[in-house]
Amino acid sequence: MLTIKDLSVKFPSRFGDITAIEDVDMVIKPGEIHGLVGESGAGKSTVGAAVIGLLQSPGYVANGTLTLGDTDLRTLTPDQAHVMRGDRISMIFQDPQTSLNPLMTIEDQLIETIQAHSDVSVSAARKRAVDLLEEIGIKNAAQRIKAYPHQFSGGMRQRVVIALAVSTDPELIIADEPTTALDVAVQSQVLDLIQRLAKERQIAFMLITHDIGVIAQVADRVTVMRKGRVMETGGTAQVLGTPKHPYTQALMDAVPPLDRKIDRFQVPEADEASRDDGDLAENWLLEGQQHDLTGLSLQNLTVRFAGPRTSLFRKPPHYVALDDVTLNIKPGSIMGLVGESGSGKSTLAKAITGLVTPNAGTMTLGDTALPFGKSRSRHHPSRQLVQMVFQDPYSSLNSRHRIGDILTEPLRFYGFVKDATERENLARSMLALVGMQPDAITKYPHQFSGGQRQRIAVARALLARPRFLICDEPTSALDVSIQAEILNLLKDLQSKFGLTILFISHNLAVVRQMADETAVLRHGKIEEIGETDAVYTAPTAAYTKSLLELTPVMPTSWQA
Amino acid sequence: MIAFLKKYEGLWLFVHSPAAMIAALLAALILLGAVFAPWIALVDPYDLASFSLFDGLLPPAWEDGSNPKYLLGTDDQGRDMISSILYGARLSLVIGLSALTIAAVLGVGLGLAAGYYGGRFDAIVMRIADVQLALPAILTALLIDGIARGILPTAIQQDLRVAVLTLAIALSLWVNFARTARASTFVQMNKEYVQAAIMMGQHPLRVMFVHILPNILGPLLVIMTVDLASAILLEATLSFLGIGLPADSPSLGTLIRIGMQFLLSGEWWILWIPTVFLVVLVVSINILGDFLRDVFNPRLR
Repeated sequence: MLTIKDLSVKFPSRFGDITAIEDVDMVIKPGEIHGLVGESGAGKSTVGAAVIGLLQSPGYVANGTLTLGDTDLRTLTPDQAHVMRGDRISMIFQDPQTSLNPLMTIEDQLIETIQAHSDVSVSAARKRAVDLLEEIGIKNAAQRIKAYPHQFSGGMRQRVVIALAVSTDPELIIADEPTTALDVAVQSQVLDLIQRLAKERQIAFMLITHDIGVIAQVADRVTVMRKGRVMETGGTAQVLGTPKHPYTQALMDAVPPLDRKIDRFQVPEADEASRDDGDLAENWLLEGQQHDLTGLSLQNLTVRFAGPRTSLFRKPPHYVALDDVTLNIKPGSIMGLVGESGSGKSTLAKAITGLVTPNAGTMTLGDTALPFGKSRSRHHPSRQLVQMVFQDPYSSLNSRHRIGDILTEPLRFYGFVKDATERENLARSMLALVGMQPDAITKYPHQFSGGQRQRIAVARALLARPRFLICDEPTSALDVSIQAEILNLLKDLQSKFGLTILFISHNLAVVRQMADETAVLRHGKIEEIGETDAVYTAPTAAYTKSLLELTPVMPTSWQA
Repeated sequence: MIAFLKKYEGLWLFVHSPAAMIAALLAALILLGAVFAPWIALVDPYDLASFSLFDGLLPPAWEDGSNPKYLLGTDDQGRDMISSILYGARLSLVIGLSALTIAAVLGVGLGLAAGYYGGRFDAIVMRIADVQLALPAILTALLIDGIARGILPTAIQQDLRVAVLTLAIALSLWVNFARTARASTFVQMNKEYVQAAIMMGQHPLRVMFVHILPNILGPLLVIMTVDLASAILLEATLSFLGIGLPADSPSLGTLIRIGMQFLLSGEWWILWIPTVFLVVLVVSINILGDFLRDVFNPRLR
């Protein structure tokens, strides 16, 4: 049983100690899955690292007690701690791509781990490794154990990582975002496996995640953290269903539900005072609406990429990214596009914006045909009418340019406003419209948080006076409360300015909140398309059904 | 003060790195000495009237038979060593810096374009770069020198020596810039801000120079400092071999070549003083380059 009491971790820096976590208390019983949830920077991973004794240098445990069974983890010598790691506490990392050694077979890695902790022969270790792989659900383990990590799929690889963690019969496993890099179907298998291991082997799990759905599905107890402090702890149903702490309540309000659509998320709004400053930008945008609402239709769009070359003389085989996609986005509506990684969602966005050249099909924006890829001239009107909000706000803004330069660029480039001062005023006003302080204009992107940057990215897109907006996973890099703010913002802007939006996401719950119609993409093919409510309540395609079933959600019965 | 240093992390690292500070100090001293040589130097080594053969082969001030007027002694022509070195460093730095500028403009331009366009253009530029890399820098310089001697009329050959030398050095250095610029551009091309700029329909030149270039400057600055040292060394090597600058307008390399003749005849200072000076200059610049690399690459910290 793991007991954490008054744990504080500090990181000394040149300018004094920085407290990463403070006064954290937690008890994890054998066989219990204890969820540790919080937004980025909450100190979740630091708790795990402190327990296993692998705090990133120069961090140190400043205060508190850490006991596993009756061992005091803080008094261990480095040698004792080394033996204890793996033997009694194991760890599962986020990305199975990097946590396995690509140059060693699964067999070697398992045998190495088993032999490091118990004095057994190679053949005994191999037998145990095979049994273990069978147990975690790898069929034909005796043969497949000879494989290298790259020969396994992402989900299989994460199972192998779990097998490695379990191979030494630990009392506690720390799983740090174990399913974040996985698609929902694989995620649900891995979560089932964790649940089974906890029950059958009585292993205590510390499950660190930002995904409340995952916690709701598997955790017995949950601890909510914020800025290094514990906000609330208790049984999962109680904490998530009837949260007591205002922060937990706010967090739960920001989680998009899968089973219904809510008009607005209950999140604190930006200052009303600064909203008035947005009038200039608002009027400018409204006055620019000479164009009618603009729809987009894709007919039989096919995109093929060259695959890996197999012979020097033969053409490389094709890889079909989009296969005969027909999609009709009604003017002024929001089309949601969902699919797992590799389904071709981003390729579709790139085809529309001209970054990727389709091999067949037609695209029509409003009532004019949209030329493909390189044949679209730099001055084609669609360059202005179609704008995009990207996934990663850390890379979508040029870090060497001031916010003012970034925002006035479309105004200057499309020739909307000739006067430099006017451009700047408009950019300031637009910042206010998206809920930012207008004086942000003199700063650089690195001075803002992810959510603020995404607001700036939305402002940049709007300053091109677009009629059609593509949002490619606009919130997947953001915390859930920030996500709620951005979704509210997009909804407001859409209804105010009559934008047509293509909203791409892997998160079904988010799309449900945003989209009028939803298309489900798989392996480059559209599996299902229809009114969002219909798709979510009565899906016709088997694939949609399974996606909906596998997405972890909180049982409705928990809510008071 | 702390807030100020926190803001400029590079500066903070700088004042905590004695090696970098000493190197910067030495490099700055040499640079100032070279720039103000005409005002500091005792004699003008280019002006035959300013020195006298009677002062020839005087040892440095701490040896017997020296003239306190010439602190580091004189060479066989009677030229003051300090003056020769200051003027020599001036010439070496001018050639090094201009060669570096040409190499940087050529290399960064080609590298950016290769990274931006990719495909066939990239392949052609990079194959040319590979060929260039396969030729040793000295060979390239000899080749250009030979061509220049062949096609230029003898009358202007002497006047163009500096230009030919600069071009030869620039041609052997541009590959570094091109390769680094291309690799960094490839990384930036996948960033969404570049895609946003391309999507807008901005001119390729604007995307390359306004959007991408500022983001890849870090590694390029590092190469610049390290290559400045290479350029100075290359110039010294060529002059030492006698294909660089002639004895009447001595650079550091020429001074070392002249000194070689006196190595075994007791007048050691004529060789060793310019040599030590060259080593100090090059090592200082290299230390500064390493320091800059650490500043721009947080992972090495």
